[in-house]
Amino acid sequence: MFTARNKGRLALGAAVVGAALALSGCASGDPLDPGTDDGGSTDTITIGSQAYYSNEVIAEIYAQALENAGFTVERDFNIGQRDAYLPSLESGEVDLFPEYTGNLLQYYVPDTTATTSDDVYADLQDALPDGLEVLDQSSATDQDSYNVTAAFAEENNLESLADLKNVTVPLTLGGAPELEERPYGPSGLLEKYGVTVGFSATGDTTVEDLLAGTINIANVYSADPRIQTEDLVTLSDPDGLFLASNVVPLVNSDIADQIADVINAVSAKLTPEGLVALNVKSTVDQESSEDIATEWLTDNGLI
Amino acid sequence: MNLLADAFRWLFSPERLTGGQPLPAAIGEHLWYTFVSVLIAALIAIPLGWLIGHTGRGREIAVAISGAARALPSFGLIVLLVLLVGVLNKPLAAVTAFVILAIPSILAGAYAGFEAIDRRVIDAARAMGMTEWQVLWKVEVPLGMPLLIGGLRSATLQVVATVAIAAYVNLGGLGYYIIQGVPLRRFDQILGGALVIVALALLLDGLFALVQRFVVPRGVSAGRPRELRSSPTRRRAVVGTPIEEGKG
Repeated sequence: MFTARNKGRLALGAAVVGAALALSGCASGDPLDPGTDDGGSTDTITIGSQAYYSNEVIAEIYAQALENAGFTVERDFNIGQRDAYLPSLESGEVDLFPEYTGNLLQYYVPDTTATTSDDVYADLQDALPDGLEVLDQSSATDQDSYNVTAAFAEENNLESLADLKNVTVPLTLGGAPELEERPYGPSGLLEKYGVTVGFSATGDTTVEDLLAGTINIANVYSADPRIQTEDLVTLSDPDGLFLASNVVPLVNSDIADQIADVINAVSAKLTPEGLVALNVKSTVDQESSEDIATEWLTDNGLI
Repeated sequence: MNLLADAFRWLFSPERLTGGQPLPAAIGEHLWYTFVSVLIAALIAIPLGWLIGHTGRGREIAVAISGAARALPSFGLIVLLVLLVGVLNKPLAAVTAFVILAIPSILAGAYAGFEAIDRRVIDAARAMGMTEWQVLWKVEVPLGMPLLIGGLRSATLQVVATVAIAAYVNLGGLGYYIIQGVPLRRFDQILGGALVIVALALLLDGLFALVQRFVVPRGVSAGRPRELRSSPTRRRAVVGTPIEEGKG
């Protein structure tokens, strides 16, 4: 009885392993084969995206803008994380990728000290390997940011992190547990802006806690749709407490000049509020990336 | 070994007594959540288990429900409950999740303790003219106590280990060091926090092991697990038929 069952399990295990091998064969067949589309010198422009809805919407916007300008585009979305897709950009299999300046700079220069948007962008241009470059960065960001409720902002006249100094009520910052020890956490706020805050490890319920009033400053990603849906105010960061991470197109140098005009026009129109609105359409309204991109490009007069 | 040394250095550093999350406070919170959760679970599960054990009814339902409860992932449950009851009632959500975790073991201990009693003993008690209450309190409860304590013991172990996830919903405890340490890659802190949880678990288990020895009624060796296993646990006396000799 037991032997028979074990044999069955073995067979099943072998089948699963076999299938996994076969599948991984399929998966690696495409992206790791340098063959045909080498260096982006052909007419087709391959656009990649992370496995992240917001990134995919931006990639789709690039794709439709390029198609509108007469380019042939191939979409290779949902590639996954940086370690997975940067090699295929470097090899020229993928030509264009929506990236984030701060995170990308950290990938190439882990101990970077640049934080403001312009410094990061300048350092990034130096740090990129040969064959890759970035076009103009947009003002839209996807990075850590401190947010307060609209009511709290109005009550205390808050626009920037520096304004927090004048708030009289005790401030409590909420975020993931590790924020307590991060350089941009409570110690960074005190150092850069002279603001003393308590800390509460609100983790996944940070926005809910902010709305319930258990905390009054929340660490939320600046492109989080809830900034719009829950009416939060993102405090500006003039002194560069956070590592700025603006949306930036990462391109293969061979085609950079060809597509620069089209893509730079897109980046010029992509604002922080605009990116949040795109994310709201994706997560709350459940629209497809294609529809969101077409709508956005039409609204901004780009197609 | 180096990592272990780092963890001990982290544990015994004077900084553990200060800062946002001092170690003694974290231990206190951890034990408090464990104690409250096991206590509430016991108040629910022991009477229910005794009722099932005494009457012999409802066992299948109890097994099915507590089996299903065992399969619930505490981590998902705690997050779900926080979202359901709101962020202002996080302790309620957490304790509920831990109570659900603790109930199956205690319930099983309570009714299994009764079922493990040789039916002849209970028949003898009835034959002596004991009322149902007397059978319950003078025979079944004392004889079933070692298994009940065993149930409490395993429930406490599960809860003390699981309370670590309370930190995930901002309730502190020793899990905070682990949950904060992982993204910061502070392995000394993670291991240090985990070691204290292990120490607490061993301590509580040791206490229950002692209690379990003391609650075995004098003159009864059947409370020891070895003897229990060798006799059928679901023996039922049928009124009117002679008891078989030489079995059990």
